[in-house]
Amino acid sequence: MNIYLKLILTYLKLGIFGFGGGYAMLSLIQQEVVQRHGWISLAEFTDIVAISQMTPGPIGINSATYIGYTVPGGSILGAVAATVAVVVPPYILMLYASHFVRRHQESPIIKGVFMGLRPVMVGLIASAALLLMNKDNFGSEMSECIKSISICLITFFFAYFTKVHPIILIIVAGIAGYFLF
Amino acid sequence: MQNIYLRLFFIFFKIGAFTFGGGWAMIALIQKEVVDKHGWVTKEEFVDMLAVAQSLPGILAVNFSVAIGDRLRGFKGSLVAALGTILPSFIIILAIAMFLTPDTIKNNETLNSIFKGIRPAVVALIVAPVFSTAKTAKINAKTVAIPIAVALLIFSGIPYVSNPIVYIILGGVGGYVYHVWSLGNKAKKGNEERKLK
Repeated sequence: MNIYLKLILTYLKLGIFGFGGGYAMLSLIQQEVVQRHGWISLAEFTDIVAISQMTPGPIGINSATYIGYTVPGGSILGAVAATVAVVVPPYILMLYASHFVRRHQESPIIKGVFMGLRPVMVGLIASAALLLMNKDNFGSEMSECIKSISICLITFFFAYFTKVHPIILIIVAGIAGYFLF
Repeated sequence: MQNIYLRLFFIFFKIGAFTFGGGWAMIALIQKEVVDKHGWVTKEEFVDMLAVAQSLPGILAVNFSVAIGDRLRGFKGSLVAALGTILPSFIIILAIAMFLTPDTIKNNETLNSIFKGIRPAVVALIVAPVFSTAKTAKINAKTVAIPIAVALLIFSGIPYVSNPIVYIILGGVGGYVYHVWSLGNKAKKGNEERKLK
């Protein structure tokens, strides 16, 4: 199949099932672009997440643009195709289904569906984190692993317990990486 | 700037260009612009729109710009607002992708060690929202099994079983069935109590 068609179909799918925001979308994106299509490695996927965090704009758009361009056979046109594809399904839903959702916000269908989705979203984010905890990101040698785990734990502490901005945390981790590895 | 389309475009372009970290950071800025500064929608409408934009799939900020643009000027308005939100990240990421391909990172020793430090930090940045989202989703002792099972099954790598879409569908359908069933139970209980009286 043509790479553009593949990009469009993949990102349409991500647009349709991308519930729960950026982080929850990560495991879906990972499943499609790393696992299914092998367009990029897990380490490269992690780099894209890092780049997304450091640049303005939502992660869903950033990843579509970046992958559409860098995928083998990709180009500016690929970036446009993937970016448009990830936006179109929710766009249509927003225009046509939003009236329905607003009118039926208290209905058992809507209430029930979102009640069921909420714990799943937490699981999706957790799975993205689990999938990224491997030797691609943490290194295969003991000494490398220990340094990586230390960076991870310290970053987690600041990310969860303080209000330090993620960009600062990434920059500091990058500087640490420069001296440690 | 008199033209409403141009104004819509530039407001969302500004928001798209200057908010780091996506979603919620953008919402705060959008509120400042469209509620406080321009008064295009009321605070109540804004909260309403947010609830809908959040429930539908897709990128929160884009969904939101579509809703605002549509409210103000119909389809054309939504198109202009959505373009404004998307274009800054598209341009910036495209520029980065042109110079910083996966191969450039791999073949440059300095970049390579910098990213070796960044990768574990990114993992931590994804672990943190697991806990904060669990809190807002009101995960308790009864429901904690769901996210754990979902995470482990996706992590398992087994074909089909590890597909996140399966759990999104199961979660939605399951939530609906459970909600209707518990409503039915409540109704039954109510009826029995009424009979006893």
